[in-house]
Amino acid sequence: MNKKDINNIEKEMKLANEGLSEKERTLFSDARPTPVKPLNKYLEKFLNWARAESLWILAFGTGCGAIELRPLMTSRFDMFRYGIAPRPTPRQASVFVIGGYASIKTIKRIVRSYEQMQGPKFVIALGSCTINGGMYYDSYYTINRIDHYIPVDIYVAGCMPRPEALIAGFNKLKMQIKAGKCDGMNKYAENFDWYKENQKRVIKDWNMPDYNW
Amino acid sequence: MEQILNRLKQKIEIKSVINKRADLYFITIKKEHIELVLSHLKQQENFTHLAFLQAVDYIEDDKFQLTYMLYNYDIKVNLGIKVFIDRDKSEMTSIHKLWPHAWQYQRELKELFGIDFPGSPRVDESFVLEGWEEIPPMRRDFDTLAYSVKTFYQRPGRTTNDPKRYMKEKLYKNFAKSPESGRNDE
Amino acid sequence: MNITTKILYAIISVLVATAYGLTLGGIVRKIYARVHGRYGPPVWQPFIDILQTHGKRVSISHGYMFYLGPVFRLAGGLGTYLFIPVIFGSVVFSNFSMAGDLLLVMYFIFFGQLGMALGAGEGGHPYSPIGISRGLAQMSTFEVPFALSVIALAIQYNTLNITTIVAAQQGSILNWTLFTNPLAVVAAMISLLGMNMHSPFSIVLAPQEIPIGPPIEMNSSFLATLQTNRGLFGAAKLVLFMNLYFGGAAHPNIFIALAIMVVKTFLIYMFSVFVGAAFPRFRPEQSMRFFLKWPTIIGIASIILVAYF
Ligand code: SF4
Repeated sequence: MNKKDINNIEKEMKLANEGLSEKERTLFSDARPTPVKPLNKYLEKFLNWARAESLWILAFGTGCGAIELRPLMTSRFDMFRYGIAPRPTPRQASVFVIGGYASIKTIKRIVRSYEQMQGPKFVIALGSCTINGGMYYDSYYTINRIDHYIPVDIYVAGCMPRPEALIAGFNKLKMQIKAGKCDGMNKYAENFDWYKENQKRVIKDWNMPDYNW
Repeated sequence: MEQILNRLKQKIEIKSVINKRADLYFITIKKEHIELVLSHLKQQENFTHLAFLQAVDYIEDDKFQLTYMLYNYDIKVNLGIKVFIDRDKSEMTSIHKLWPHAWQYQRELKELFGIDFPGSPRVDESFVLEGWEEIPPMRRDFDTLAYSVKTFYQRPGRTTNDPKRYMKEKLYKNFAKSPESGRNDE
Repeated sequence: MNITTKILYAIISVLVATAYGLTLGGIVRKIYARVHGRYGPPVWQPFIDILQTHGKRVSISHGYMFYLGPVFRLAGGLGTYLFIPVIFGSVVFSNFSMAGDLLLVMYFIFFGQLGMALGAGEGGHPYSPIGISRGLAQMSTFEVPFALSVIALAIQYNTLNITTIVAAQQGSILNWTLFTNPLAVVAAMISLLGMNMHSPFSIVLAPQEIPIGPPIEMNSSFLATLQTNRGLFGAAKLVLFMNLYFGGAAHPNIFIALAIMVVKTFLIYMFSVFVGAAFPRFRPEQSMRFFLKWPTIIGIASIILVAYF
């Protein structure tokens, strides 16, 4: 391969950021996400334990399910005893709870927040709306399957699931993380083009960078 | 209330008056009179509160019906003012000069029904739908299911039950009559 | 004693202090939970949180200052801690207290915040400058009563050396500054409320309006560094207050001395926790007015009292 080819390939690997204006394009990163290899076996196991025992959920309520997260913090259900705590910014959160139906306006923000979270990051999808559209399956503005837009680790079915079900979902997530099965971030990086294509199919006015770091 | 309507009748023609409850009236008027009627009601008759402005699509008659819901805090009466406008050239006078917050309703109607309100502030900005490319989705000739199937990914294996039949089969099997038998409004 | 052992001892003492500070945080969370009628997170939750944030696979930086912000903050914490004798008369826990005095320690308390301000400012998130301006403004104001109280101490004991101040308080409980100069202690304790940023003065982190303020863009290891510092710096502040006002911790047996230290600092910390649990938050200008009013007057009164009576 000569130098020109390599240059071309490198250019293709860069994201186009077509949604941004010429001036804004320089302000945003055009690198695509790359999969990150796990560390060696035992260290990774130890870190997975730590990740599982300290889940920081992003305080972003989408859909009806956001209302189910509030009781979780109160004395009755007390999620803190499982090491689950809310976190106000995506930079510091590690779990994203999609609470029910996601309209296209919301999925735009979901994608953006999800990409801003630092990996390894986990997604819990709450309610039948996220699984197959639920009662909004024929709606013109809510997506049907969230897993076509971002990778999902755990589904909690129901309309609306009770907080107990949510806690069960969290505990299931913990088990999966400890088993090292939650690799949504790498999955997202590997199938990046597919996810982007799906996202762009519904988000018609794409006016943000293609990948928000 | 009678006097209010009579005073109104002297000014313009009222097509119909419906008295639903002691505190809920609906009147239907002509499209051209809307500004006159609303400003009269607001300034002379003290209907100071515009509760909502919404539309119904009567596709069979080729008409949109707009309802302006007013409230009078003195006599505690709701008054709905209905106007019919053509579906094809759906345009209406903006009332944002009377109630400034009406611009938000009008923006919503513009987006969801395609009813234009010339002169209303920010009426062309998107309200909830961002980047919508089809016909306005609340018009009844828009097929939401087809659009959903076309745009979103259906999960195979999803089934839909008719709630009425399903409840009857599962929950009320032992009842001779279904729970709705006592109701005569259907 | 040669420098290698000295450094070894310093490392031990820093580790102990960090662990103690973090555990203290965990205990307080547990107490809060119990007050709410909850079970609450385990006491060691802060440690797991640090591991978790350190264990992130990727992190985002916004430039050199962004890197240096948390580092400065940790340096501020370390600096504060390393020039305070934790246990009076102990070799392992005396740190480098012979090398620096109270003024240096006060400088280090401010230093970390300044570094953090520069670093967080580069994050570019609009909420962090808001948090920073609030934080620095509040800090300059609570520094006033604290400085006044320190001046009162300096006049009283004729020195700025912390070890000497602790030594002067030994013997009987009545020798504590708490009893010999109560006004200075009151002023300093009020400024401790501001330093700990518990409830009435929690405008800096304010999770509800400016989501956690300055560290909003900090992620992964940056955040972990800040968390570590929170443990260390928290412990350092408490130890400093214990030394200056509550007679320090001294006992021939190192473990008993440590236990004394733990009890005293815990009580000092609980003071600000209780105040925090009981009072709602001040607005920024209220908090600044407050510090410049009563605590400052009390501080000046304490100086006058010591100097002329
Ligand atoms: S599943 Fe039910 S409760 Fe959940 S978002 Fe959908 S409609 Fe709302």
